[in-house]
Amino acid sequence: MTDLTRLTAAELGRRVGAGEVSAEEVTRAHLDRIAAVDPRVHAFLHVDAEGALAAARAVDARRAAGGALGPLAGVPVAVKDVLVTCGSPTTCGSKILEGWVPPYDATIVERLRAAGLVMLGKTNMDEFAMGSSTEYSAYGPSCNPWDLGRIPGGSGGGSAAAVAAYEAPLAIGTDTGGSIRQPGAVTGTVGAKPTYGGTSRYGLVAFSSSLDTPGPCARTVLDAALLHAVIAGHDPRDSTSIPAPVPDVVGAARRGAGGDLAGVRLGLVTELGGDGAEPGVAAAVREALEALAKLGADVVEVSCPHFEYALPAYYLIAPSECSSNLARFDGVRYGLRTGDDGTRSLEEVMSLTREAGFGPEVKRRIILGTYALSAGYYDAYYGQAQKVRTLITRDFAAAFESVDVLVSPTTPFVAFPFGSRTSDPYQMYLADLFTIPSNLYGGPAISVPCGLSEGLPVGLQVMAPTMADDRMYQVGAALESVVGTLTPPAL
Amino acid sequence: MAAISREEVAHLAHLARLAVTEQELDTFAGQLDVILQAVARVGEVAAEDILPTSHAVPLTNVLRDDVVRPGLPREQVLAGAPDAAQGRFRVPRILDEEA
Repeated sequence: MTDLTRLTAAELGRRVGAGEVSAEEVTRAHLDRIAAVDPRVHAFLHVDAEGALAAARAVDARRAAGGALGPLAGVPVAVKDVLVTCGSPTTCGSKILEGWVPPYDATIVERLRAAGLVMLGKTNMDEFAMGSSTEYSAYGPSCNPWDLGRIPGGSGGGSAAAVAAYEAPLAIGTDTGGSIRQPGAVTGTVGAKPTYGGTSRYGLVAFSSSLDTPGPCARTVLDAALLHAVIAGHDPRDSTSIPAPVPDVVGAARRGAGGDLAGVRLGLVTELGGDGAEPGVAAAVREALEALAKLGADVVEVSCPHFEYALPAYYLIAPSECSSNLARFDGVRYGLRTGDDGTRSLEEVMSLTREAGFGPEVKRRIILGTYALSAGYYDAYYGQAQKVRTLITRDFAAAFESVDVLVSPTTPFVAFPFGSRTSDPYQMYLADLFTIPSNLYGGPAISVPCGLSEGLPVGLQVMAPTMADDRMYQVGAALESVVGTLTPPAL
Repeated sequence: MAAISREEVAHLAHLARLAVTEQELDTFAGQLDVILQAVARVGEVAAEDILPTSHAVPLTNVLRDDVVRPGLPREQVLAGAPDAAQGRFRVPRILDEEA
């Protein structure tokens, strides 16, 4: 019998649509897999078996009644615990929201349900999406299926680990500085950050509002594109949502899988790579580019001189926005309240609640953001970072005059062992070195597996112009047609 | 010279309503100093005549039609609150009794 958990989402959707397998069987297979391996992987914070089976049966009933099903109807999906799910706990990996059950669905979640996808549960993450390893989750880290002693990336390490460990064929992540792509790279899976504004932020618990972007995690580029097509598109409830048609990402992935990149111009970014990447990572990326050149792509080197300031600018902008956004966790409307013994003032209770509810990385960033926004420092830090953001955007615009997409390693290093970067927070920040420029610019970017270094996965990042998400799927699928998908050792 | 002192960190934590411990102050002051020295590199870029970018999407004044839409029922909203009374969020006293 076929192991249903090994199939792609595209194939599972096809089989459910054709009546070759029921959505309930597909869901049970994945729930069984979760029960078998998640005690070791810890990808999930919450598994909703009952809800998943009910959703699967609803898809089977619709099919039996002759109703039309979308391409992913009956396909299981895991959702990062930063998107609110009506009636299902949402913690953001934080103690401050422990036990909170949202009264509404995020737009992304609504669209998943409407398309007949079956939500298995909520995945682990660094607290409020701040981190690159899941080590900052208040509920303990997730483990990399390639080596359980190593990090699965972050912040969306739970989503990537769930997909890599065959616990779910698809997952939703969110990417503020690389939180979809970096976990994708280090777990050997595909992770795509759509154009900012291309996917709705309504119901996404805000970290850095001008950067936060939900997107798909999958094992193949086509699966990522299929999920992208389900969740993307204008949402009037998000004022930064782009009112324009979604690029044909599925068509582009299919085209790319044909392996013809004749005439496609790829620009390797001089500033992202070189000395910044481990030798094994740089070597895998070089081989990938040679493979893409054999498919007809024209590979050139492009300089983006301001990219070296992307990391410093990001670690001023994101903490500034975070310090403002996380002010809402005040122990009044939801979640934890500490120290309310009848003798303390509201301000004291707020301070004790936030002290008890937030972990160290969140506190560091709130303090850093408060500093960068304070009178006297604003111009030198936050204001200057916003100007650098303009210059980085100009670098992208100039580069895209001569190339169709930009490429780089997704991360400077492969999955690192637990505990190796937590004592020096800035060492952790370096994991985002290559992913941050696209967040500051707002354009789409994808990480696609391109090989192994020391037995661990390496990702190639493909960055495209704003609203040209289709280009990254085309190039990503072409790479996949050569490299194939990566299979971790048996768990 | 340190970019940020322990006292400054304590002041910022107070502004951000974080009742940090003495031990956290020691740890954070050192770590934030490293981070600030690194991010201060943005100052190396000559950008006097450059306009700041606050947002990647060129949309302004996005308004919806002025039509009444249903909100969430009150009991659902209050269900997640740490404390509620008389159909409202209950909070500790805000004003001193003599005020």
